[in-house]
Amino acid sequence: MKFSFLLNGEPQVIEDLEPTTSVLDLLRVNKRLTGTKEGCNEGDCGACTVILIDDNGARAVNACILFLPQIANKALRTIEGISSHDAPHPAQQCMIDHHGSQCGFCTPGFVTSMVAAQINNDTDHDVTLAGNLCRCTGYAPIFRAALACEGTKAPKWFHDDQSDLRTLAQSVDAKLPTTSDELANILAEEPETTLIAGATDVGLWINKDMRDIAPIAFIHHIKDMEHITEHPDHWEFGANVTIEKMRVWSVDAQPSLTPLLTRYASTQVRNSATLGGNIANGSPIGDSPPALIAMGAKLVLRKKDTKRTIDLHDFFIDYGQQDLQSGEFVQLIHVPKNQINLRCYKISKRFDQDISAVCGAFNLNITDGVIQSARIAFGGMAGIPKRAKHVEACLTGKKWDMNSIKASHDQWSQDFKPLTDLRASADYRLSVARNLLTRYFYDLSDNPTTIQEVSA
Amino acid sequence: MSVNKPFPHDAAKLHVSGRARYIDDLPVSDDCLHLCFGTSTIARGSIQELKLTPVRNSSGVIDVLQASDLIHANDVSPSIHDEPLLSDGTIHYLGQPIFLVIAKSHIQARKAASRAKISYQQDSPILSIEDAITANSRFEEGPRIWNRGDLKRGYEQATKIVEGSIEIGGQEHFYLEGQAALALPQEDDEMVVHSSTQHPTEVQHKVAEALGVQFNDVRVEVRRMGGGFGGKESQGNALAVACAIAAHRTNKPCKMRYDRDDDMLITGKRHDFRITYRAGVDQHNKIIALEVVHYARCGWAQDLSLPVADRAMLHADNAYFLPNVRIESHRLKTNTQSATAFRGFGGPQGVLGMERIMDHLAHDLNTDPIAFRELNYYRPAVAAEHDTTHYHMSVQDFNLQEMTSKLLADCDFENRKQAIERWNADNHTMKRGIAFSPVKFGISFTLSHLNQAGALVHVYSDGSIRINHGGTEMGQGLFQKTAQVAAEEFGVSINAIKITATDTAKVPNTSATAASSGSDLNGMAIKVACEKIKSRMAALLAAQYNKSPDDVAFTKNEVHIGRRVLSFGDAAKACYEQRVSLSATGFYKTPDLEWDRIRGVGNPFYYFAYGAAVSEVVIDTLTGEYRILRADILHDAGNSLNPAIDIGQVEGGYVQGAGWLTTEELIWDDQGRLRTHAPSTYKIPAMSDRPREFNVNLWDRGNLKPTIYRSKAVGEPPFMLGISAWLALSDAISNCGPAYPNLDAPATPERVLKAVGRVRHGL
Repeated sequence: MKFSFLLNGEPQVIEDLEPTTSVLDLLRVNKRLTGTKEGCNEGDCGACTVILIDDNGARAVNACILFLPQIANKALRTIEGISSHDAPHPAQQCMIDHHGSQCGFCTPGFVTSMVAAQINNDTDHDVTLAGNLCRCTGYAPIFRAALACEGTKAPKWFHDDQSDLRTLAQSVDAKLPTTSDELANILAEEPETTLIAGATDVGLWINKDMRDIAPIAFIHHIKDMEHITEHPDHWEFGANVTIEKMRVWSVDAQPSLTPLLTRYASTQVRNSATLGGNIANGSPIGDSPPALIAMGAKLVLRKKDTKRTIDLHDFFIDYGQQDLQSGEFVQLIHVPKNQINLRCYKISKRFDQDISAVCGAFNLNITDGVIQSARIAFGGMAGIPKRAKHVEACLTGKKWDMNSIKASHDQWSQDFKPLTDLRASADYRLSVARNLLTRYFYDLSDNPTTIQEVSA
Repeated sequence: MSVNKPFPHDAAKLHVSGRARYIDDLPVSDDCLHLCFGTSTIARGSIQELKLTPVRNSSGVIDVLQASDLIHANDVSPSIHDEPLLSDGTIHYLGQPIFLVIAKSHIQARKAASRAKISYQQDSPILSIEDAITANSRFEEGPRIWNRGDLKRGYEQATKIVEGSIEIGGQEHFYLEGQAALALPQEDDEMVVHSSTQHPTEVQHKVAEALGVQFNDVRVEVRRMGGGFGGKESQGNALAVACAIAAHRTNKPCKMRYDRDDDMLITGKRHDFRITYRAGVDQHNKIIALEVVHYARCGWAQDLSLPVADRAMLHADNAYFLPNVRIESHRLKTNTQSATAFRGFGGPQGVLGMERIMDHLAHDLNTDPIAFRELNYYRPAVAAEHDTTHYHMSVQDFNLQEMTSKLLADCDFENRKQAIERWNADNHTMKRGIAFSPVKFGISFTLSHLNQAGALVHVYSDGSIRINHGGTEMGQGLFQKTAQVAAEEFGVSINAIKITATDTAKVPNTSATAASSGSDLNGMAIKVACEKIKSRMAALLAAQYNKSPDDVAFTKNEVHIGRRVLSFGDAAKACYEQRVSLSATGFYKTPDLEWDRIRGVGNPFYYFAYGAAVSEVVIDTLTGEYRILRADILHDAGNSLNPAIDIGQVEGGYVQGAGWLTTEELIWDDQGRLRTHAPSTYKIPAMSDRPREFNVNLWDRGNLKPTIYRSKAVGEPPFMLGISAWLALSDAISNCGPAYPNLDAPATPERVLKAVGRVRHGL
């Protein structure tokens, strides 16, 4: 492995390092840039937030679950590289002025998240800073600091980095495929290859389980899997579309997905994590599958030159088991358009950046007050993301009212036998799943149901 | 004037630029070695066979140590020498360090540590409070019991008696910087240790014992911690001692930092409690009798559990006069992490217990919960016999009546309460709730001899000043506050003061920076040292200009001697040239303390700090989810040394306290394995969990006691204001039906939903 990148504006060449070395270790150990901190080593605290820059712009990412090939041909800015020699960045000055640091350990991560948000002109601070934990301040002064430096222009170095990248030597490496054809060939030769897209899950296998996952292939450079394309009846997503890109897409194209996608991990994780990864790893608590199943999404799977299309719902066979043959990979996701009755509800201990205890997606087709068809899918209720087929059957053909909802009561336990674990008990999961149908009823009839919209 | 000013944190510029150095950021030579513990995978039993060959053969490993390799003390306990650094063969909890890997890199050490093959003789672990009660597994010979008044008569006079019980979960500190230490071997068997610790002197002692040297052979330095919260009062000992032993053996720098999962698995947390109660009120709604039983789950080693449980008992009254009372406290020994200090140090559990009792009584009496609280406040102004705590200490500075009235008026409480009632009536699936809670918190270490501090102040001949004291900086702003004290004393600007890393070679025999005591003790010690130097300077300058020392004033970066004015720098230079010592130590000890913890009688505290909070929440009755909509706080910091830093402590304390009682849930499985061992599974508040509207004001009146500039300690007391959020959840749940919610802590969405069900169906 050999590649170039820009580190705080300076060209760097990386060779002779393990590809599964984290960017955080590269910075702290090899480069002795210790401003970027390790708080959790799993992408949950944001203390290691750095800014990654390429033609698509700037984005905050967690350096602890970012591997070296992921910064190839990109520009990286750390806390040491965001201020000019003569003046701090406005985000830094606002943090000082508003007493936004106490112990100071989380502070570089907050500042880099703020700077990335400013470059993107994003002032939804609750969202842009949801991935940065602070244990001292109670966040109030940090929020005030973020408000105070709104409207700051993108720093000169951002534009400099983007233009300098164009002259940076582009590296080519066999295990950094740039097309899906190349990926198909790699998998044909070594079907057991572990694919790494955003590394937000694989990063934990390495950092925490200390697993040896060779052979590996990094697939984030594959351009023909990054698109979102509109078709007459569906949207086509490349598997490499990041969750953040999908979230931005959803605002206009499928707004009922936005609240769910906004709660998908954190900004830093969404900037790395991909839709294909969220599906292919087969987690029963991944947040996108329930919604996509309720929408009737399909997967395009590819093995060498052969493609097949299946219902996303059928992809999940059992816990840890997907309908994915040796050497096959998820290439595309087809999502039906205009699902106006889709609603998605994520229930977790903490509102932001938590893993779902229960994640329910409801999509009823109702005409003249009668349920014509129903697609209801849940995460966290079984070993796989799963449809509530008994409930769906019970509802279909019925009037859309509280009586029909009550009549479905006993069907839920036919559909789901959830587990008790650290996130919730089986009883709670089942009760909440049932209750969410009631929420859906009020939600569709425009009654307020969202505690986030209540103010004092 | 430098005190009372809202200066930013002294290291703010370093924080925001990433230049503030923590242990793992210190430059070390390339031969620095890295350590990792291998830990037990069972909760109780003994080691049958320990196969370390795969560990030794792992890449980069230099050495692997077990208990039998330790030549001197194998102990890192802060109290009774019951905490071996490495297991002596007996396993007390799942996560206990068994062996120590010394390797060339952090990751190599971690990888190697996971490769041991250990077989155990397993015993059935004592995990829960229930288990420990059944097995009579405890510290001390039996429960501590304190009595006051005539309980029997109290119950006879009671017109209403309410009984109940609450489970209170523990709390992980989640300091953002994990535990860390670095040992640098010196010539002649000396050792320098950089430790992320609140208690450098204890680290010095434990390292000296482990190396078999005198205390003066070990120097411990702490510039800053990335958060402490009590979690670095004793929990850093193991890493510092391990590093020192390894550095001594290898003669190389040795560094150790826990990976986050290891940190959560190995180190102690806040004690979880069960509190049962039987409370009687008379016909005037005054509490006339109260029996409280505390069951504290202390974990496997004693650590600081006795004073923690004592402080819970000391705060079992919170702010209320209890004429007839009995408090029984069980300190239970379990096969779990050894519970330790955490902001409030048992106080929060005691206060929560009492606020639960007040909530329950007000509900069952169908009376206004705030009026009921005010009625039962200490009333020193009304009658002397109503000013005495259950431990027979007179409460002379009680100001909660005034604070409560002001807070309620400022936050428009009555109108909001009515608006909430109307809103609730109109809403299908959501309910709002609002609640008030006060806090009265005793200030001083209850082990009275700890209430002492030293300082060292140097004035250089250019007038610049360097100060040092025994307190450690963990983000609370202690360094800036004490720098402000020095600037105030010398009449110089804050920029003239340099404050330096805590160092056992500069100020010896220090107490932990804990019990909210940092600025009270160290601020005063700094002041004493400054006064010594000032009086020497004044004597010389007065003599030079034929004035009395009383005519010498230090102000605005100048020294005024009658009408003569020198810059402070020139004055310092003049003193130097006249051979006046410009360096002094300062020492302070808190007066008026005497305390018998066995009888529960005395004056354990110098004074009390007070606070009051109103929180408003909304809950979703379909899922149990909730939001804190608004919090209003009035907090008593005396004459605040630095209002910005103090408000920061209040805001941060409130959110941390609310986190303890809402989303922060520790879960152990039936094998004693902590399942919530990382931020992916243990949920501290995030940005959007702060109250949407958050108004914090300081009750800025001077302390009656002559503390440093009549300020009050502020580190721990505001933590308990988070209880108002929990009470507001209980109020919101109460709005769903007639029964009492009986809400346990933490009130996760699951517990809230269950309580909604109980209230509705009387279950």
